Amino acid sequence: MNSIHTPRAYHGAKWDEPIVLDMGAPGERGYIPPAVEPEIAASVGDGASLIPAGMRRSTPPRLPEMAQPSVLRHYLRLSQMTMGAHITPDASLGTCTMKYSPLVNEEMARTPQMGEMHPYQDDDTAQGILEIIYGLERMLCEISGMDAFTFQPAGGSQAIFANACIIRAYHASRGEAEQRTDIISTSFSHPIDCAAPAVAGFRVITLTPGPNGYPDLGALKAAVSNRTAGLMMTNPEDTGIFNPYVEEFTRIVHEAGGLCAYDQANANGILGITRARENGFDMCQFNLHKTFSVPHGSAGGSCGAGGVTAELAKFLPAPMVVKEGDRFRWDYDRPDSIGKVRSFHGNVQAVLRSYAWIMAHGAEGIQTVAETAVLNNNYLATKLGAIPGVSIPYGGNGHRLQEVRYSWQDLLDETGVSTEDVRRRIVDFGLQGYFTSHHPVLVPEPFTLEPCESYSRADLDEYATVLGHIADEARTNPEHVRAAPHSAAIHRIQEDVINDPARLAMTWRGYQKKQGAAREVATS
Amino acid sequence: MPEPVTKAHPYIPNSSPITRAEMLATVGVESAADLYDGIPKRLKLGRPLNLPPALTSERDLRRHVQGLLNKNIPVTNVISFLGGGCWQHDIPAVCDEINSRMEFLTAYGGDTYADLGKYQAIFEFQSMIGELTGFDMVSAPVYDWAGATTSALMMAARITGRRKALIPRAISAEKRSHIANVAQSQVDVVEIGYDPGTGLLDMNDLQAKIGSDVGAVYIENPNYLGIIETQGPEIAEIAHNHGALFIVGVDGISLGVLAPPADYGADLVAGEAQGFGVHMQYSGGLCGFIASRDEPQILAEYPYLMVSIAPGTVEGEIGFGWSTMERTSYDKREHARDYAGTTQWLWGITTAVYLSLLGPEGLREVGEGILQRSHYAAKQLATVPGVQVPLAGSHFKEFVVNFDDSGTSVRDINVALRERGIYGGHDLSQERPELGQSALYCVTEVHTKANIDTLVSALKEVLA
Amino acid sequence: MTARKRLGLIVNPIAGMGGGVGLKGTDSATTLQRARELGATPRSGIRANVALSIVLERLGDEVELITAPGAMGEEIALSAGFTPIVIGSVTGGETSPDDTRHAAKVMLDAGVDLLLFAGGDGTARDICGVIDGHLISLGIPTGVKMHSAVYATNPRSAGEAAARFLIAATPRSREAEVMDIDEELFRGGRVSARLYGMMRVPDLPRLVQNLKSGSSGSDQAVLTGIADDIIERMQDGALYIIGPGTTTREIVTRMGGQKTLLGVDLFCRAEAIALDATEAQILNHLDGIPARIVVTPIGGQGFLFGRGNQQLSAEVIRRVGPENIIVVATMDKIAGLRGDPFLIDTGDPVTDESLAGYIRVVTNYHTETVYQIA
Repeated sequence: MNSIHTPRAYHGAKWDEPIVLDMGAPGERGYIPPAVEPEIAASVGDGASLIPAGMRRSTPPRLPEMAQPSVLRHYLRLSQMTMGAHITPDASLGTCTMKYSPLVNEEMARTPQMGEMHPYQDDDTAQGILEIIYGLERMLCEISGMDAFTFQPAGGSQAIFANACIIRAYHASRGEAEQRTDIISTSFSHPIDCAAPAVAGFRVITLTPGPNGYPDLGALKAAVSNRTAGLMMTNPEDTGIFNPYVEEFTRIVHEAGGLCAYDQANANGILGITRARENGFDMCQFNLHKTFSVPHGSAGGSCGAGGVTAELAKFLPAPMVVKEGDRFRWDYDRPDSIGKVRSFHGNVQAVLRSYAWIMAHGAEGIQTVAETAVLNNNYLATKLGAIPGVSIPYGGNGHRLQEVRYSWQDLLDETGVSTEDVRRRIVDFGLQGYFTSHHPVLVPEPFTLEPCESYSRADLDEYATVLGHIADEARTNPEHVRAAPHSAAIHRIQEDVINDPARLAMTWRGYQKKQGAAREVATS
Repeated sequence: MPEPVTKAHPYIPNSSPITRAEMLATVGVESAADLYDGIPKRLKLGRPLNLPPALTSERDLRRHVQGLLNKNIPVTNVISFLGGGCWQHDIPAVCDEINSRMEFLTAYGGDTYADLGKYQAIFEFQSMIGELTGFDMVSAPVYDWAGATTSALMMAARITGRRKALIPRAISAEKRSHIANVAQSQVDVVEIGYDPGTGLLDMNDLQAKIGSDVGAVYIENPNYLGIIETQGPEIAEIAHNHGALFIVGVDGISLGVLAPPADYGADLVAGEAQGFGVHMQYSGGLCGFIASRDEPQILAEYPYLMVSIAPGTVEGEIGFGWSTMERTSYDKREHARDYAGTTQWLWGITTAVYLSLLGPEGLREVGEGILQRSHYAAKQLATVPGVQVPLAGSHFKEFVVNFDDSGTSVRDINVALRERGIYGGHDLSQERPELGQSALYCVTEVHTKANIDTLVSALKEVLA
Repeated sequence: MTARKRLGLIVNPIAGMGGGVGLKGTDSATTLQRARELGATPRSGIRANVALSIVLERLGDEVELITAPGAMGEEIALSAGFTPIVIGSVTGGETSPDDTRHAAKVMLDAGVDLLLFAGGDGTARDICGVIDGHLISLGIPTGVKMHSAVYATNPRSAGEAAARFLIAATPRSREAEVMDIDEELFRGGRVSARLYGMMRVPDLPRLVQNLKSGSSGSDQAVLTGIADDIIERMQDGALYIIGPGTTTREIVTRMGGQKTLLGVDLFCRAEAIALDATEAQILNHLDGIPARIVVTPIGGQGFLFGRGNQQLSAEVIRRVGPENIIVVATMDKIAGLRGDPFLIDTGDPVTDESLAGYIRVVTNYHTETVYQIA
């Protein structure tokens, strides 16, 4: 089946699996814990007697009673109904950089020397992992131009929040906490670039994009004052457009006395090409699960690596790894640290994988990563731009970099088929439902695609073929598109239930209660 | 300028020179450098990165990286009694199998229809946590227990409109620092002491500090010192009488044997799921959760992603999706009062697997077995000259061991134990100076009687 | 069994005909005839059909449609697949503003949950005057001129918004401006817009298209946030010249005062100095004291000055000083402008020019955006 020219005849697994709480049978069990030695039982009595009476659980929790193969089967089936990035060319999740997570790194990450380490065990017993943490720090410093990195944040948002806290601490240390109230960000930066400073207590000023797709200098100058604490922005933004004024932006903010934080979630296309330091930033963060190949884990087990200049290093969350001679240790003696953003050391297994990934590429490999990501993106954009109904808003600035935000507005006007419809239909061809846009949704009927370097030309051709096919379908058979998906695990759900507090449910017990109540009302 | 011919990289299909050249032609540029026309020249690095030479073969990569890792001495090579918020538990093989399936491992924010399995697994996680805590509303996994606690405190402040929160003095330094850093713009924290004899919350101190300006009263059960808090219902009453919310922090695995917080008046629960089949990974295995009643004004304050179930448009089908995103910073942006992001979903899926394998019986057995082992350990340690187990309250898996009478510091004791292949309990002497030279010992179902006896005799030796 | 939702529909069949042949609107019989001569066909019906189809698809039997006879709604309702309840009557021949007003009264009496209407500013004005805030409405855009802020971005989003509003367990609404354009002046090439009144439109957290601005929860929460922010930064002794609109009104309400909705009021903190002031009165009060102008864009076109607040003349602006202009607006409103800049039309090009560039806009408590002025 040549899927480059014809969409593949995909059909998703459809197991119709019950909720696990409704499976199994009384008395079944899937695991027997280690038995307690009789001498222990003789010495202390039975376990329940060791719990003060008022605190004993009186009713067993309503958990499944299932044998081991049944549990295994249930979750294997659920996994089959999940479209991980290794199963499909996932250019769909723009801004997420769904690249290949090398399996050799998975093997190493699952050895006990990584998996069975306790965060409080003595540094002498953790020299290997400490060296790896230190080594990744040095490599990211070279990649970004920063002087120190923390890996404690367990995700990009947490790292950006840490940066907002560092900005707060910096100004407080200079006695300017009361004065420095404003953080500036942009509409196309990730929502967290506005949310994090807000949570940290700042007033947030958002710059809206001009006709080229990025805010211009006039907008920034209107926002800057002696109350400016800092700038937090993404570049390139989610449109894939590089703001060429970035150096002037950081200079103007510095002149006003603020700090500049670089959200490098979109770093994949510029690795080795341009760096946070030369762009004038004092801080940056990388998503290790995006740019640096750590698997996304269904949303987690990730790391936001936060980098700062030497001047700001003292504010980083504690502890930090330091090297003394040949030995590595955790340094807790950091009185100016902002404190913890996450318990212990963060997702260290992500640090390990990133370390291995960079070591496997080297400088030349990193350059190939960036160039290929941008080439793939422009190749796909060339093909998609030729599909009637697709438009690419904003003139931009030269070529797009790692991703493009497209619009189906023309298709909608012509056929009544919207981006949400296409998003559901794309799943029928074995492709992940694409990412549309973060808020604010300034590009109408958006879809944002990021091919990254892991996909082949054939993958990209297939992707373009599918979208072209769906666009044609929108003209000839719009109802079929709008009623999608047709060959996924399920058909359309009643979407408004999910957002209606009266009907939504986050637990099976909650759902059954509401369903029962609804049935009562219906029959009364 | 034409591209130099290079060897293709195995992770980068289009690095093959022929393909690359053709694609560049399709895009209409001569070389990849032309694609960076949007970046001002002055900003371009213009030199290769100074990185170590590439280890392009798997052999070389493994040799280097695994070589480094092999310098580590994981807890499975010794007998470890470390705890304090990250614990060694037994991991069923099925858990590791499911969280290494590529479908789950490499999925991310994909939608309702392509990723039904992922969403169902997380819904099952939420559901089972709901059963354990006694609540109908549960968040998707959050960063860790500290994140759950801090967010819950901030939720309470917003729900009640009151900034003041009462938290136990006996809380981990990790959490204390986290709350201070993250919640400072919304919550003013006041500590409640503990009874030095039992380790339970000091009710007199609570009475003294409660007032109509308090929005939340937070306790942990078991608390940081391992003690099972028995005064839950009274604390709930005091909190509620003053219009404050009662928040209970839990170590998930204890809920197989301990009463669900909903039963003794909790309004919110903040907990840790790492014990449910997740490897510690030097603290990478943490996975928090928040739970509560299903009420719109509480739901509105949950900052994290949450998965709701929904019926299908086709009879008999059900599906799932991210619910009420307007609660989260994704929608709120600069109006956010707390932030959301990628958290620990892979461990949430693992938790669902673990709880399905264990079931109510298995979880009860694990909990009771932990109790028996840890009480046996405490009892035996108390017989060692110079060693005391000072807190009279009943503990779950962790307990305080005091070495003041031995005249030796915990630091030195732990060095000596390490020489004997034992990782002693976490040193509390800096964190909780009022406890003197004390350590927090953690005993779980991974420990055999022989392990515990080895510890006891090693200590006898060390302190002799 | 839960009660069915009641959706009202009024179609102005001739609205929008002028646009296609380059004429500005169809509010007078002469223009309408000219439009027909030029080959214009009624478009409002087609667009209403799109919106209705979506509502029918989402709600099916759970909604009943109440509409006016013939071309004013019945025909379109039937073509979209509804079995409408037809109430009221239409005078014969061409439909007129009187017919619109009559239909609106019928809807008001019927107490519909939501009134959808297809037509331009004139239609909105006619309906607004009758329902006077007692019904929640939403406009399906079909007319050429859309100065009122009561419309969805396009027929599809009107259908989506209507469906979601009707389905919502706790539907919320907010106020939006209805503008009145002087027709004669307009065709003569000059625009003179008056803020006619306010209409309640659906306010949903995640509405489609023009309302996907990422604001937090209800419109009221945002208005309160903006008001609190402005109040926090108020200076004692300064005169606050506060323009029309609900966003600006909230500032005074929050201080415990009363502000006119459609006029320019002068306040010192919560003390009213002058209500619904004319340009002359404003200038009088400016003598010797520091002043601030607080404005919000009026209508759907993003005019900061020149539509609905002409009392804030070029002279007033010069005397107060452009640096003392405070702009407030919800992100919903900003997003509705789709990137088009704020507009200024004081009548004095020099003053207009002096305001061009960028301005900070308070969009919530401790939250601002920087937006362009053309």
